[in-house]
Amino acid sequence: MNMDEHTQHIETLKPPATQGVVPWMKENLFSTWFNTLLTGLAIVFLYVILKGILTWVFTEANWQVIPANLQLFTVGTYPRAEIWRVWCILTLLSALVGISAGIWRGLTFRVSVGIACVLLCLAVLPFELTTRAGFLGCALLMAAAFSLIHFTKQWHPGSQLRHWILGTWVLSFPVMMVTLHGFGENAVPTTNWGGLLLTLILAVVGIVLCFPLGVLLAIGRRSSLPAIKWASTVYIETIRGVPLITILFMANLIIPIFLPDVELDKVLRAMMGITFFSAAYMAENVRGGLQSIPRGQYEAAQAVGLNYRKTMQYIVLPQALRSVIPTIVGQFIALFKDTSLVTIIGLLDLLGIARGVMSNPDWLGLQAEIYLFAAGIYFTFCYAMSYISRQIEAALGVDTD
Amino acid sequence: MHTYNHFVSKGTVKGCVFIALFAILLGVPLLANAEGSVLDKVKERGVLVCGVNAGLPGFSYPEQDGTWHGFDVDFGRAIAAAVLGDGSKVRFVPLKAAERFTALQTGEIDVLIRNTTWTLTRDTDVSTDFAPPTFYDGQGFMVPTELGITTISELAGASIGVLSGSTTELNLADTMRALGVDFNAVVFEENDTLYGSYLEGRCDVVTSDKSQLVARRQAFKEPGAHVILEETVSKEPLGPLTIHGDNKWNDAVSWVVYATFFAEEHGITQANVADFKSDNPEIQRFLGHSGDLGEKLGLSKTWARQIITAVGNYGEIFERHLTPIGLPRGINKPWTQGGLLYAMPFR
Repeated sequence: MNMDEHTQHIETLKPPATQGVVPWMKENLFSTWFNTLLTGLAIVFLYVILKGILTWVFTEANWQVIPANLQLFTVGTYPRAEIWRVWCILTLLSALVGISAGIWRGLTFRVSVGIACVLLCLAVLPFELTTRAGFLGCALLMAAAFSLIHFTKQWHPGSQLRHWILGTWVLSFPVMMVTLHGFGENAVPTTNWGGLLLTLILAVVGIVLCFPLGVLLAIGRRSSLPAIKWASTVYIETIRGVPLITILFMANLIIPIFLPDVELDKVLRAMMGITFFSAAYMAENVRGGLQSIPRGQYEAAQAVGLNYRKTMQYIVLPQALRSVIPTIVGQFIALFKDTSLVTIIGLLDLLGIARGVMSNPDWLGLQAEIYLFAAGIYFTFCYAMSYISRQIEAALGVDTD
Repeated sequence: MHTYNHFVSKGTVKGCVFIALFAILLGVPLLANAEGSVLDKVKERGVLVCGVNAGLPGFSYPEQDGTWHGFDVDFGRAIAAAVLGDGSKVRFVPLKAAERFTALQTGEIDVLIRNTTWTLTRDTDVSTDFAPPTFYDGQGFMVPTELGITTISELAGASIGVLSGSTTELNLADTMRALGVDFNAVVFEENDTLYGSYLEGRCDVVTSDKSQLVARRQAFKEPGAHVILEETVSKEPLGPLTIHGDNKWNDAVSWVVYATFFAEEHGITQANVADFKSDNPEIQRFLGHSGDLGEKLGLSKTWARQIITAVGNYGEIFERHLTPIGLPRGINKPWTQGGLLYAMPFR
């Protein structure tokens, strides 16, 4: 096949290009009488709905409640004198994300761009000027940290540096928790953590902990050792058979009664409930991936002399996890939204604090505005997560057709 | 493929380290199940832990600056002022109805001031003790004025909105059966949908504690278009609770409440308490100028003065939080003005 023939072949396959709005509409919206009818109905429907919503949003709704209580939505009843702790954490995180983006680039870079965008969004919200400057500063810090690594090292980053940064990430979590809590006189008990801050803490802890736990459970369930197999199966099936609300109630009400001498923090109890609950679902998602790995892969691994741990680590899990990324991220998104259930045990996460604001006599009867705002925040975060998941899939070449 | 291997091992290792560090750092500080009164524990800790409602107009809600405000909240501050000498040394724990008693029983909170009705069962079965009621509420009915209804017996055939699982729902059934009036209960899970549906006309009448009816009506677009019926169909004495059997602590909390009553009876206010002069020996004992009343309660000599300095007398607390939401004093007046607030003698 010579070159000319080849080009011709492709050109004949090209679909006829439609140009302009009118031909497009004619083809897609008004091609038959039935489609025309449907289009007409849809337009009437959209008009009625949109007119109602827009009229309400722009003329009837009292949006003042949002800027007035913005700080409450973000950090809840966290003492304002101690708010610098939250800034410390945000600064630390920004720097870490920036550095990581510089080192790993690629996917990490794209994720960090997403995080920077969220920070810039926050800087646009009607906070006090210093707060907005703070958000902007964090975004700039992230960019600066990235540039520092990216432009100073023409060399390939040594694995030493990578290990240091990984170690810092691992350590950063307890450090952040301790920073948030503080010591002595000025300690901020977790009952004062609230708003978006609490929602994010619960979600991140749940996501980070339930993933390894779920993988272990999934492997355990497919183990050939009966004790491990049955323990994992019983755990998974029991937890999956109980609603999250029940688990949260048990964590909150039953544990203190059974263990009267042990004072477990309320937020910690909620974290445990959410993590153990999600781990069971995560295990089932991962098991789906494990089952999709053909027997031949195990046999091949054995043939080249890998032991069980190495087979899992290098052959089976990478393939299994890769195939279930969309499900896992779906699980993470569900977990993020499920954190709102902690309101029923009296924790004031984003939704809980929203309800608190509704009870302020100054803002009574504004539940529609407040709920809509909260929904917007949840949507932003969930959409960001699903965007990141698509980035991961693209980076790993899953389903690139 | 290489990237992903890295990712997996990273995730697993990270997870294990997290779990270990987490358990060490945030976990399980062992608490000796200390014998002795909550009063001593509060003094030792230097902070009072008070359970409140996560959001109830006028009674307890988070303010913009992240502090708690409201009528119940101020009584928490009053107790902190009496015990610790500082009305700000109190930590408020928002609680849901279902967990409030457990929180008290397990010692998570020292005192519960969460619009809790004093009933026989709660006084006996739930292993809690009540301090004197700070607010006498009662269940009422709200109807649109245009219906021209003035008494409950005219509500035959009406659909009545009520919160599910509340004592209000049970009271409604009791009342209507006693009156022999037929009605349809329209049950809602939460307040916002209850009042929203009432305004949309999905139920003709809405029933709840009168304090809440008044607060909600205040927020309606046309408050004048709705009337709250005169009749009160239930008694809802709301007050602080302490753990059962801790008499010392319950005494302290009770007398804090009485102190706010007493100060109103005698015109002692936040403004004049510092140099309030009186020849009345009872007032002198109250202010700590003579006698040892504070000592008997396990408090300081000037405990009552500290309360009034921090939050004012009962009338001032009421006017600060409940008058703005449109609540009349009603029976929540000193007994000298025909109300139910009656301070026991300070002797």
